[in-house]
Amino acid sequence: MFSAARLSVLRQARTQLRCTQPTAILHHSALTRLLSTLAVLEQREGKLNVASLAAVTAGGKVGGSVTAFIAGSGVKAAADEAAKVKGLEKIIYVENGAYDKGLPENFAPLLVENIKKGGFTHILAAHSAFGKNLMPRIAALLDTQQISDITAIESEDTFVRPIYAGNAILTVQSLDSTKVITVRGTAFPIPETEGGSTAIEEGVDPKAECPTEWVSEDLAKSDRPDLGSADKVVSGGRGLKSKEEFDRLMPPLADALGAAIGASRAAVDSGFADNSLQVGQTGKNVAPQLYLCAGISGAIQHLAGMKDSKVIAAINKDPDAPIFQVADVGLVGDLFDKVPELTEKLKSQ
Amino acid sequence: MSGLRILVPVKRVIDYAVKPRVNRAQTAVETASVKHSMNPFDELSIEEAVRLRERKLPVEEIVAFTAGPPKAQDILRTAMAMGADKGIHVQLDEKDASQQLEPLGVAKLLKKVVQEQKSNLVILGKQSIDDDAGQTGQMLAGLLDWPQATQASKVDIEGDVVTVTREVDGGVETLKTKLPMVITTDLRLNEPRYASLPNIMKAKKKPLEKKTLRDYEEKFGARLKTIKVTEPPPRKGGVKVEDVDGMISKLKELGAL
Repeated sequence: MFSAARLSVLRQARTQLRCTQPTAILHHSALTRLLSTLAVLEQREGKLNVASLAAVTAGGKVGGSVTAFIAGSGVKAAADEAAKVKGLEKIIYVENGAYDKGLPENFAPLLVENIKKGGFTHILAAHSAFGKNLMPRIAALLDTQQISDITAIESEDTFVRPIYAGNAILTVQSLDSTKVITVRGTAFPIPETEGGSTAIEEGVDPKAECPTEWVSEDLAKSDRPDLGSADKVVSGGRGLKSKEEFDRLMPPLADALGAAIGASRAAVDSGFADNSLQVGQTGKNVAPQLYLCAGISGAIQHLAGMKDSKVIAAINKDPDAPIFQVADVGLVGDLFDKVPELTEKLKSQ
Repeated sequence: MSGLRILVPVKRVIDYAVKPRVNRAQTAVETASVKHSMNPFDELSIEEAVRLRERKLPVEEIVAFTAGPPKAQDILRTAMAMGADKGIHVQLDEKDASQQLEPLGVAKLLKKVVQEQKSNLVILGKQSIDDDAGQTGQMLAGLLDWPQATQASKVDIEGDVVTVTREVDGGVETLKTKLPMVITTDLRLNEPRYASLPNIMKAKKKPLEKKTLRDYEEKFGARLKTIKVTEPPPRKGGVKVEDVDGMISKLKELGAL
């Protein structure tokens, strides 16, 4: 009896010893399996906002599985569209018109319910107007400290983000069990939107009351590429002197290049251009292949929004303008001569 | 509705015109002997609160609040010189790691202050220009379960109905909601006034309550650990070209055209 028991104990111990190596590997993969990201997607009138897929790309870098979430009326179509995106394990959708405008008062409880149900470790969204408005509210409801506008992922708990208008880069480790994160779109290219076939399932809808009513919107209409994701951006500043000159010089240059139009805060504040065109710390962050600016001095706040551009070209009459310190190509001259000339020469190519 | 009791949280940050430098140990940005001032978005918050009073809305009280080192008192005085009625200063010991507040900690602290001051409107800046997080207002609204309107460029209040125009991607949107609520300010909201000398003198006599974190029963501990702070990679020095042709050929050479 005794010896048999001892033998079995011994056998067990030996088996465990033998298992040490494989167990360690198992443990590691179990950990990876435990990581699961929820990428919050955006939609507009039932159409997927492709820019919001940056959250999926970022989710892929966390490791573990990536599930996408989308809510609104007629959102099944957008979910089907998202199902073709590569790198997704599942799509959760909630069909309810109450979520159309992304109002955080009911969208946050909706997400929190779905996050709790799915046991997600990472909640990611684009650092867009929608993400900026919604995600901190979710973080507070989950009692976790959000990490905003990340530009890189070092590991599942360590992230990189710019601070002080991009004048310093912070690497930060989150000690929270759930990580709520917004990602900078220009730092995470959108994934392939064809070829995937992801399972779609309906999420839970807590139907929280929303004390806020969406009244109206006024969006700048334009056939030009979207400023945030354009390959090329031409941008004008105070040097353009008036709205008339801005409208006379910048659109033809943008058209000649197939570029989006941006503006400095000075140009926006002086009424030359719409608020939505502002590039900088308090406006949009852009990182196009080409950022061509005219009449922009290059204040810290402006540089914050564009200095990750691949190539920066600047036209300014002040040879000491700070913009020339970051510009790959600088032309000192009067923009009222140089911009039309450039436009003509680009067109004739 | 009873009167508006407005809470305006403000933050002392490195002046917006100063180019921040990373310290040698790469642990933070150098703040010693650097000019500090009120976060620009917070000036807009104070200005908006004061304008609500000037628009003859029933503003009972405008309370300016800050949590920060002893020197943060200065920006509370500035806020009071602009028109806030009183200031509350939660003094933080910057050397004590447990007193380094993150947005979630600030939001939790503000929730307590809102309850204590019976505030029904909190106006915050949309982000502070040092950590650029842009979270505190939304977190506070979430903790209080109040409506929120972020990045406001226009605020109208009638009775307890608030109509806010928000800056969103591609334009603006308008929301209607009810007090109590949280608003965060965008640059377009207003043009902050300069405090006049008589008002600066008057502000010195306005009440300023001093508190510490111990006065609030809550855990504010940090959830994030700074691994390092570095300078962004410098851009390689570019070239200056003589004329438009030079610009075009250089852009082609760089593959941008």
